[in-house]
Amino acid sequence: MKELALLGDEAVALGALHAGVSASYGYPGTPSTEILESLIAEYEKGGPLAAWCTNEKTALEAALGVSYTGRRTMVTMKHVGLNVASDPFMNGALLGIKGGLVLAVADDPGMHSSQNEQDSRFYAAFAMIPCLEPRSQQEAYDMTREAFDLSERLHVPVLLRLVTRLSHARAGVAPSEPKEQNPLAKAEDKTEWMLLPAYARKNYNALIEKQKDMLSWSEAHRVNKLELDGRDTDLAVITTGTGGNYYEENLDDLASSRGGKLPARLHIGVYPIPMESVRRLCEKAHRVIIIEEGQPLLEERLLGLLPQRLTVSGKLDGTVVRSGELDPDNVRAALGLMPRPSVKADIPALPGRPPQLCQGCPHGESYETIKQAAAGLESVVIAADIGCYALGALPPYSVPETIVCMGASVGMAKGAADSGIKYAIGVIGDSTFLHSGITGLIDAVAANTPMTLVILDNSIVAMTGCQDTMLPSARLKDVVLGIGVHPDHVIELEAKRQLQDENAARFRTELEYPGLSVVFFKRECLEAFRKRKKQEAAKAQSSGNPETGGTV
Amino acid sequence: MKKDVILAGVGGQGVLSIAAIIAQAAISRGLAVRQSEVHGMAQRGGAVLAHLRISDTAIASDLVPQGGADLIISMEPVESLRYAQWLSPQGALVTAADPFVNIPNYPDLEAILNAVKQFPEHRIVQAAAAAKEAGLPRAVNMVMVGAASPFLPIPPEELETTIAEQFKSKDVSVVEANIKAFRLGRQAAEQGPQS
Repeated sequence: MKELALLGDEAVALGALHAGVSASYGYPGTPSTEILESLIAEYEKGGPLAAWCTNEKTALEAALGVSYTGRRTMVTMKHVGLNVASDPFMNGALLGIKGGLVLAVADDPGMHSSQNEQDSRFYAAFAMIPCLEPRSQQEAYDMTREAFDLSERLHVPVLLRLVTRLSHARAGVAPSEPKEQNPLAKAEDKTEWMLLPAYARKNYNALIEKQKDMLSWSEAHRVNKLELDGRDTDLAVITTGTGGNYYEENLDDLASSRGGKLPARLHIGVYPIPMESVRRLCEKAHRVIIIEEGQPLLEERLLGLLPQRLTVSGKLDGTVVRSGELDPDNVRAALGLMPRPSVKADIPALPGRPPQLCQGCPHGESYETIKQAAAGLESVVIAADIGCYALGALPPYSVPETIVCMGASVGMAKGAADSGIKYAIGVIGDSTFLHSGITGLIDAVAANTPMTLVILDNSIVAMTGCQDTMLPSARLKDVVLGIGVHPDHVIELEAKRQLQDENAARFRTELEYPGLSVVFFKRECLEAFRKRKKQEAAKAQSSGNPETGGTV
Repeated sequence: MKKDVILAGVGGQGVLSIAAIIAQAAISRGLAVRQSEVHGMAQRGGAVLAHLRISDTAIASDLVPQGGADLIISMEPVESLRYAQWLSPQGALVTAADPFVNIPNYPDLEAILNAVKQFPEHRIVQAAAAAKEAGLPRAVNMVMVGAASPFLPIPPEELETTIAEQFKSKDVSVVEANIKAFRLGRQAAEQGPQS
């Protein structure tokens, strides 16, 4: 088949399609979003089902249902999404997976667009399931296909770990022959799918039993390549994932710095850790340098707790950068090589240019209104949440005081109110509210907490590229009323500059109300508006009505 | 042969579309390409950096090493200087002359352009004016593809074919304006450094 130029994420999507996936689910999150976006585009052209879900947990649970009925299924999310899905994830490992179930989880070392840099390989190890870590777009395609086969062979979920630089880099991918979807065929033994204690004990033992098969698979895997012949076995290098690419980028200079003799090396791309290969690599070594993208998983396991003759160098002893993503330059430094010379120029001090809310963004208006309403008040806490509106933490707005995780604004405002803060304010976006803010609001309803929840309703999941929210904006008010917020204190305001004084005064009244209020600030995201107009124009054009198309 | 390119600009300026055109043209020439993009939060009006690597042999890393870039293409003067440590001593810097001011402390433009002029091989391109001349003000990024083209291992005809392909669903006048923008950019760069 013809070679295609694909993003890592797109390569995963194509791999899933060619593996015969029947249904894919996910929640948008950088850098994973484009996987499901590609699959949804295929679905809209008649391909297998692909759909966004309310959150990562519901997405994974739907996937478990697909697997139970014998079909192949994929779930996509960013690393922190796996925290949300961790309950079905940990329990899913104990099930007798029928149709291949692959979790494509994209980590964001360097936090380009994230709250932390957790390493999903730890989750795979925690759940005792295999993990595949591609380091090229071709591997992303091939490993996705392999992950489905492996999942069905070992009857476990399989985690495909991606990182930003792979997800969002484009390179040539040569696809292979597509496979048909599995027929609908329910799992035969339902005790493998019920985690009642008696069954769960049996299933957990079965998972432990499978570890031997996982290990022999990983030991024999062609990607876990051990290079000993003709190498200097006194110094060993272990690379994992994209760390291997940055190592190889410096290979020529490393060889010439060592008189042409390269260190012994093991690259690891699939887990569990191939222990025998690690032992063979380190047999004669005095020092091993570990270059892994993410947190020091391998390094911690190699170090253990007791002193040993081998010097283990990596993130923990400062040889490799402890935080942020790896790159050709910090890996170069870890190998003891001098920086390459760069152009000589006298560069003046440059101002930073941080990301910011778009010109005319409704969130900017909403923050100005909140600021105006809260001006002069004592005892205020403003807990915000995850989304574009987090950018309101920067000047000129500087409104949020806390930003932690999806939905935390609601619970934190409640906690601040419980603790004695008079004006406890939560600020959350529409999609984030549906994702995991709603449960916190139920807590506040139950306790009639004196707090004000602001829902910034811009009708779209803006930050990740304007995906539709799970419920249209028109339904959100009913949701809030339905869980019992008093109708007199469910307020809808239009986030427009010319209404700012009026809105601020109305908002101030709700701040003073000693009970629970929910205030919607509503206005469509500018990007969503443009996207909608474009789609409407395209639709008008395709339906052969150029006049309508021309009016937008 | 290898060409490593750093692309710089501000989120929304079309840095990725420049990378995509050059990458596609390189692929059409049968070259290996790796192109690293920025998505998500960084795109919102912030500084944007993309890496593009072109080679006739396999490419190890998605990221260009510092001191390894043969070319910096920037949509904006301040951003053109931000990644100077990536440029090799012999590398070229090609920037649009027009500042994108969305920060309160944008430095003195004269000083910035003077810094650009110190680079041994540099081009300062009146990209906005050229795009206007081409009849399509938003074709600034095609002007910059053109201005970068003398430094790329890809014949201009191949780039023009790719541009035409990119805009084939649009009106023929849009295609022509983009090609014209490309040619004006190339001409400007061929004239040598200027301000």
